Amino acid sequence: MKPAPFAYVKPASLAEVFRILAAAGDGARLLAGGQSLMPSLNLRLSAPEVLVDINGLPGLRGIVLRGDRLRIGALTRHVEVEHSELVRRHAPLIAAAMPHIAHPAIRNRGTFGGSIALADPAAELPACVLALDGEMEIAGSAGTRRVAAGDFFRGLYETAVGAGEVLTAVEVPTQQPDWRSTFAELARRHGDYAMAGIAAQGWIDGDRARALRLVFFGVGLQPMRAVQTETVLTGQRITRDIVGAAQAALGQDLQPVGDIQAGGATKLHLARVLLARALASLARQDP
Amino acid sequence: MQRDIEISLWVNGEPVRRRVEARRSLVDFLRLELGLTGSHVGCEHGVCGACTVRVDGTTQRGCLTLAAQVDGCRIETVEGLSDSGSIADLQAAFLERNAVQCGYCSAGMLLTAAELVAARPAADRAAIRAYMAGNYCRCTGYQAIVDAIEAVLRQRRAGAGPG
Repeated sequence: MKPAPFAYVKPASLAEVFRILAAAGDGARLLAGGQSLMPSLNLRLSAPEVLVDINGLPGLRGIVLRGDRLRIGALTRHVEVEHSELVRRHAPLIAAAMPHIAHPAIRNRGTFGGSIALADPAAELPACVLALDGEMEIAGSAGTRRVAAGDFFRGLYETAVGAGEVLTAVEVPTQQPDWRSTFAELARRHGDYAMAGIAAQGWIDGDRARALRLVFFGVGLQPMRAVQTETVLTGQRITRDIVGAAQAALGQDLQPVGDIQAGGATKLHLARVLLARALASLARQDP
Repeated sequence: MQRDIEISLWVNGEPVRRRVEARRSLVDFLRLELGLTGSHVGCEHGVCGACTVRVDGTTQRGCLTLAAQVDGCRIETVEGLSDSGSIADLQAAFLERNAVQCGYCSAGMLLTAAELVAARPAADRAAIRAYMAGNYCRCTGYQAIVDAIEAVLRQRRAGAGPG
């Protein structure tokens, strides 16, 4: 279908964006890469009065290393993240996730910040940023604030970005030498939204798991951290028995509701399969 | 804030200046206003790949980009790539391998394949399938399409083809 009519404006500064958002209220939507927004407009699931194209804003694009943090500008295209040497070296979890995000033509236009700000529960990047304990930078007319990933994702397509605000950057801690991370998802077609997926980071102390952050996507209203499962695993050797216990505990963390892709029971089963694969991968990696 | 936007761009090397409705997608602009009907409209939500065109040198979904957003950009469509001869070997291989059946997906397949053979010269069949996964062929001619792309990769590696 074709979208309902809307007005279009392409401001050249954040100050101008704030003015437009304040004037337009609920009728305005920010347009970054548009790779999720345009489908919702074309399907008329959403009919904003004005699209505020933020692609002309300076300074929101690019990847830089700042001490022990990697900063990814909100308007950085997926393809740039996918091919970034900085990301490969300092945030290998994100590098591993990139090829799973839709298809090349969509990664050429879609943005890192757009994916985080939309917070689709089946999307890869929100889960990665939560697993990495990243931080979001949010700008508004009153100034800039920072929100930890654990407080950022608040429900189905709900985030800490308030009315009149713009997500400007995401920062993740660089992966330290003793840390390991792993990413896996199961999708019907390469590039489709996952039926279930996992983004995990942890530290293997000798052969014992420490400080695990296990985040599942496609199995809840938002990226889901599996806290009970992490507790079962902490301080343990990754053996067949402990993997079994962790898989059992995952039922306390996740109660997936079925969607067009798979039923709830199937999703929980797939999440358990992915958990075992992720733990095997973490245990196997060279420290 | 306007519902009609003035845009200037290059389409297949030609300068174009038009006033477009803000909600007009790039692929509809190319087809309905410029008469470039080689790019097709399929699902209109980014799943099928029939509308794939090049924007400033990279493939993008013509249905998920507004014409208003490509002001100042260089657009290339299957018509332009055909005329330039840059995908002649891919087109020949698609015909040779019967990778064109109804033809609806072909423009998108060719544009994505062109990007693949340039970006991943060492791609094997699995890598070709992964790269092409965003383009549907409703005739299900995938084996033939992968065959054709594999043949072109082999030719180009042997230095027999252009590029």
